[in-house]
Amino acid sequence: MSVLVYTESEGGKFKKAAFEVASYAKEVANMLGTTVTAVSVNVDGSSELGAYGVDKVLEIKNDKLATFNAKAYADALKQAAEKEGAKVVVLSSSADSKFLASLLAVNLNAGYASNVVALPENASPFTVKRTAFTNKAFNITEITTDVKIIGLSSNAFGLKEASGAATAEGFDPSLADEDFAVNVTSVDKATDKVSIADAEVVVSGGRGLKGPENWGMIEELADVLGAATACSKPVSDMGWRPHGEHVGQTGKPVATNLYIAVGISGAIQHLAGINSSKIKVVINNDPEAPFFKAADYGIVGDAFEVVPQLIEKLKEFKANNA
Amino acid sequence: MKILVCISHVPDTTSKINFTEGDTKFDTNGVQFVINPNDEFGLTRAMWFKEKQGASVDVVNVGGPETEPTLRKALAIGADNAIRVNTEATDGFYVAKQLAKVVQDGGYDLVIAGRESIDYNGGMVPGMLAGLTGANFVNTCIGLEIEGDAVTAVREIDGGKETSTTKLPLVVGGQKGLVEESDLRIPNMRGIMMARKKPLTVVEAVEATQETKAVKFEKPAPKGDVTLVSPDNVGQLVELLHNEAKAI
Repeated sequence: MSVLVYTESEGGKFKKAAFEVASYAKEVANMLGTTVTAVSVNVDGSSELGAYGVDKVLEIKNDKLATFNAKAYADALKQAAEKEGAKVVVLSSSADSKFLASLLAVNLNAGYASNVVALPENASPFTVKRTAFTNKAFNITEITTDVKIIGLSSNAFGLKEASGAATAEGFDPSLADEDFAVNVTSVDKATDKVSIADAEVVVSGGRGLKGPENWGMIEELADVLGAATACSKPVSDMGWRPHGEHVGQTGKPVATNLYIAVGISGAIQHLAGINSSKIKVVINNDPEAPFFKAADYGIVGDAFEVVPQLIEKLKEFKANNA
Repeated sequence: MKILVCISHVPDTTSKINFTEGDTKFDTNGVQFVINPNDEFGLTRAMWFKEKQGASVDVVNVGGPETEPTLRKALAIGADNAIRVNTEATDGFYVAKQLAKVVQDGGYDLVIAGRESIDYNGGMVPGMLAGLTGANFVNTCIGLEIEGDAVTAVREIDGGKETSTTKLPLVVGGQKGLVEESDLRIPNMRGIMMARKKPLTVVEAVEATQETKAVKFEKPAPKGDVTLVSPDNVGQLVELLHNEAKAI
């Protein structure tokens, strides 16, 4: 047995989420007295995973997997889990991992707990803490199956460096034609921007910005912070910003280290979606805005005056701390 | 085309969340229940297929009799038939097994389920249902076109979107984007009257194991007060974020 972890990559490089799930898997393996096996797809040189506690890497090299395909990836992971006799499989909360997780659960007849925010509380019975009610509560879930799948919430565990070395071996799962019955024809992705899922900082704008033409300062603020941009529901409903930027209950969940809300009043559905973020900052001219009750830091003021100053101060800070 | 839309019966998005029985059960006292928002986007897209392409649309829920008003609302929006699988929806895998039976018995071509419910946020039912029935699967679906059995689907990915082609039978995990918020329908009086006469069939659950158990609930620790910074001293915010919050 071992703990199996799927370490995601993009363009042949591991994503930060890969190191986080590896760090988590290592701690789970310590709890269970076993080792960590990672699965990588089309990455050259997986040894850097050793620095996050991975003992062995099953390296899959297959051109058919160049584009993510949930069913094929789930099939490959199933074969890896069986080969390793894995009792616990750890995945991230990326869109791709969430896509394949439930297929993998059926493949392995495994109980699956998503949005897990901490190490297992117990190995037997196997219980984990996860968010529920869109971050308004936590739920302790027992996974009762022999094989267990954990979907780790982004930024919930962080990175833990270890002093090991990972051995790599080639792995060539047998994939059937039916694994590719959903055929990706095009991918439309801004490569120069940080995505909300990968971001450590998110800068988000609301109706208080008065119109899409005023987003320049939001983008500039995000740029200074290396942050992703997001928006509230009314803003995406009015078409000021694309749907993919809508965060909240029916939009994207945000679990970043720093969330800065500009001109967002803080409807309960919005707050639910961003509640897992560690530090929340609000800039709003209405001191009664509900967001002030949810935030750690706040400025009551006109966004059009405060944000440009904040950009200047951050630039100074960066220049002094470079 | 036969469409099945899976409907979760969830607390309204503004509900206060509390627990009872030693924090083991959700406290439904005074809570208004609604169609899960992610399911409602799917149901509305299904209505489009019904009106433009002559599809039939059934809705299904796994739950006790208390969920029937939510199914009636789906009928009032325009679904043709409702099915309730009479059992407690204890865990995603268990629910997916119940739904798989309904899908197989009904011979559905397209199943739309919300990408996740807003109560347990498991996000696993659509994929498990696809896995169990052998249907193709597209999650976080924000665009869906079907001609004959040829499907073009758009999926939201981290930082963008992805278009794929596939064939029916298909399960999609739906969300906002399948239709716009402004496309959602509020049932009118005629719809509500008609919904009373539409069939709502109760079927018994199939035997299935439960792979996970919700043992206990906790509420987040109460948050401290906000630290306010003067708009005339924005630099202080940068300092606090660096020195105190260690966030930059």
